[in-house]
Amino acid sequence: MAAYFIRRIVQSLLILLGISFVTFVLLYILPADPVRQIAGRSATAQTVANIREQLGLDQPFIVQYGRYLAGLVQGDLGRSYLQKTEVATLIASRLPASLQLMAGGILCELLIGLSFGVIAALRRGRMADQVLMITSFVAVSAPQFVVSLLLLYVFAVKLGWFPIGGYGTFAHLVLPALTLGILGSGWYSRMMRSSMIEVLRTDYIRTARAKGLSRARVILRHALPNAILPIIAMIGIDIGIFMGGLVVVESVFGWPGIGQLAWQAIQRVDIPIIMGVTLVSACAIVLGNLLADFIAPLIDPRIRLR
Amino acid sequence: MNADAKQPSEAAQSAPDSAEVLRVSGLNIAVRTEHGLKPLVEDMNLTLRRGETLAIAGESGSGKSLTSLAIMGLLPPPAVRVTSGTIRLGDVELTALPEAEMRSVRGDRVAMIFQEPMTSLNPVLTIGTQLTEAIRAHVPVTRAEAAERAIAALKSVRISEPAKRMGQYPHELSGGMRQRVMISMALALKPEVLIADEPTTALDVTVQREVLDLLRDLQRETGTAILLITHDMGVVAEMADRVIVMRDGKIEEEGTTRRIFTSPERSYTRDLLAAVPRLGAGAARGGAAPDAADPVARLTDVSVRYDLHGGLLGRVTHRVHAVERVSFDIRRGETFALVGESGCGKSTIARALVGLVPHEGRIEIAGKHLAGLDGAGMKALRRNIQIVFQDPMAALDARMKVADLVAEPLLIHGLGDAGELRARTDDLLKRVGLSPDHGDRYPHEFSGGQRQRICIARALALQPDLIIADESVSALDVSVQARVLELLEALKTEFGMSYLFISHDMAVVENISDRVAVMYLGQIVEMGTRDQVFGNPQHPYTRRLIDAVPIPDPDIRPARIQFGAGEVASPVYPANTGPTPVRLVDRGGGHLAAEH
Repeated sequence: MAAYFIRRIVQSLLILLGISFVTFVLLYILPADPVRQIAGRSATAQTVANIREQLGLDQPFIVQYGRYLAGLVQGDLGRSYLQKTEVATLIASRLPASLQLMAGGILCELLIGLSFGVIAALRRGRMADQVLMITSFVAVSAPQFVVSLLLLYVFAVKLGWFPIGGYGTFAHLVLPALTLGILGSGWYSRMMRSSMIEVLRTDYIRTARAKGLSRARVILRHALPNAILPIIAMIGIDIGIFMGGLVVVESVFGWPGIGQLAWQAIQRVDIPIIMGVTLVSACAIVLGNLLADFIAPLIDPRIRLR
Repeated sequence: MNADAKQPSEAAQSAPDSAEVLRVSGLNIAVRTEHGLKPLVEDMNLTLRRGETLAIAGESGSGKSLTSLAIMGLLPPPAVRVTSGTIRLGDVELTALPEAEMRSVRGDRVAMIFQEPMTSLNPVLTIGTQLTEAIRAHVPVTRAEAAERAIAALKSVRISEPAKRMGQYPHELSGGMRQRVMISMALALKPEVLIADEPTTALDVTVQREVLDLLRDLQRETGTAILLITHDMGVVAEMADRVIVMRDGKIEEEGTTRRIFTSPERSYTRDLLAAVPRLGAGAARGGAAPDAADPVARLTDVSVRYDLHGGLLGRVTHRVHAVERVSFDIRRGETFALVGESGCGKSTIARALVGLVPHEGRIEIAGKHLAGLDGAGMKALRRNIQIVFQDPMAALDARMKVADLVAEPLLIHGLGDAGELRARTDDLLKRVGLSPDHGDRYPHEFSGGQRQRICIARALALQPDLIIADESVSALDVSVQARVLELLEALKTEFGMSYLFISHDMAVVENISDRVAVMYLGQIVEMGTRDQVFGNPQHPYTRRLIDAVPIPDPDIRPARIQFGAGEVASPVYPANTGPTPVRLVDRGGGHLAAEH
């Protein structure tokens, strides 16, 4: 178990190193010039050259990447070109908001997705199944900015139940979390439905029924834990998709998280922030997968970590 | 209420107690299809008395399992349902019972055990949880009391360390132990009726013997009536007081077990009984003794081991010794059988022979050393060895036409153009008893036996020297099995090839093989001609296998054999150790047996 843990952490660090490299390359070959952004349109060639030298952007690629890595191992993510603050500080101040939104979003998608999936599986081929599956299809296909604007229009503008945007109270969280959750719930309900249908066909479910257990116990105690196993691995991967959603949703709802930070940084070619947010997201994904791997054996005793 | 019962008087004698517990009359079961209701079971009648065992015997599709599921109220809804008839348990009419009341009958008054112990228990719940919930579903007891009763139930099925088993998960137990757990669960509440649906079909023959003995003992203690669903006439002969033979959803014949076995009235029953492979029924083998000098395959000290990794750096900590230093020859024109129970390594040898798993030691095919072959050499060699697997449906690509499936080996090896291929496949299909126009159909349109014939035709296509039949007839109904075995025999004479016949079924092996090797935990413990091994078994394990085979004759109730009911020995050893190699000693005439 300890050996497994250490091996996985070493693996995770290697993955992060790879991601940092790929992102760095991509930003390096980007046609947009961050120095131009900083200097402004009217800057002289001399000023531009000065800034370039100041930021070390005149150095060859390998030197730039080496410097970045050297800073990284000391926990230094560099300084923002435009905001003149430490990237680490910027991210740290915005991370709690994002984590809150993510937790809310994941909760929504699991609650909606899993319950839709289970109900559809139990009512397979009937009206409820068809309605839920069409709903999930729409949820998967609808772009997030459309869903968020729709939710805003109905629940904030027309009904006035929730604030239009901003951050702070639980009421602020509902609509953005719901927007994030709706997309994922479509995936989860479909996965859960097929997983559940498969489990309901197994011999051990027949055994459970032959024992005379109540329908609720057969479903909740016998079918659900088995059906949810493949879903857990999915949650780990899903965090990556979530990060993309975060950028859109935080921008629409004015949610002060790292998604919004990343969005602003991309517009201004603020490379250190883009790098920082990418690495933090990568960390979240790696941690999510690690967590999924640790939860799975708690449910399924056949899985052993080694 | 049993006024019009048409019970044969002989039945009453064999039933120790005549209190009737279950009566099914005029039962019809049908499935809803696009073309309306299709009957699956028609006019099923049975009565079951306290303490008696009634067997429903029949081949696949005869409706025997559906009948049992109907009694349990577990027919797969909504398509399959009871269309008419009654099922009375005591004075309760089960067909009319609402689901909630049916639930209180299930597990309490009627319990059921199933064929597959490996999948019949929930993998994520402990044995204890699954046992206690069965008790608590029907009896208002506390958790602790239920646990106590559960341990008592485990004790009654003679499981070692019952208290420890409560905290274990199903995957930690062997197949035989899981089936014991299933039985203990079913009998924990002393049901009036126990339905056992192929309870030993998935078990090894020695474990089957233990489970059958156990069921009989428990029945004697509790007086539970057993409805035994099985295709195995040997099990019927051993267990049942009365038999109902079913065919295509209808009762073909019924009577006491002795009457059915000694003087069957219907030709179907006669054919069914004739098709059952029996120990000692193998025809005397004449003809030229296979030439020992130029073997088709020669294995010398062949081992197959799998590494198990662990620790920080993933070093090898344990090894599975699946096959350990096995040596034998397969001679030209002979049927060489490998027998043994699951996990003994017999299928692994087959896979090593065709190069599907890496091996140590020396395998020679027609004089060529397998390890020295390059890609082209390996391909040429594979042309000479073909395999027929156990499950023909899984071995045939469902999206390919039969003619294409049979022609594929020829195509791969670049033999013949389109016209020749068609002629060749037509011929092959005829050889295995199918017709050429079957070639345009797809595998799902055929029965299990026909599918296995297609697999055999495919294996024959390249006219190999050796066909490996890996449990090739194990999944087939006995009547089909007999015909496929006949076909294999006829083809051998016609084409002069050799078979490596891998099976767990001693009776089948005795009927078909020239020479036999018995495997146990990766090693050969006995080897010789069929007459040597079956006529004069030397190793205790061989004797145990032979003794455990159920005999399809109700007058012979085999003596009980005490086997160690504990854990199964495992071929996993720490990396720096290994199994003790057995030493085969010649007991005369080339009959080798391990020292013990």
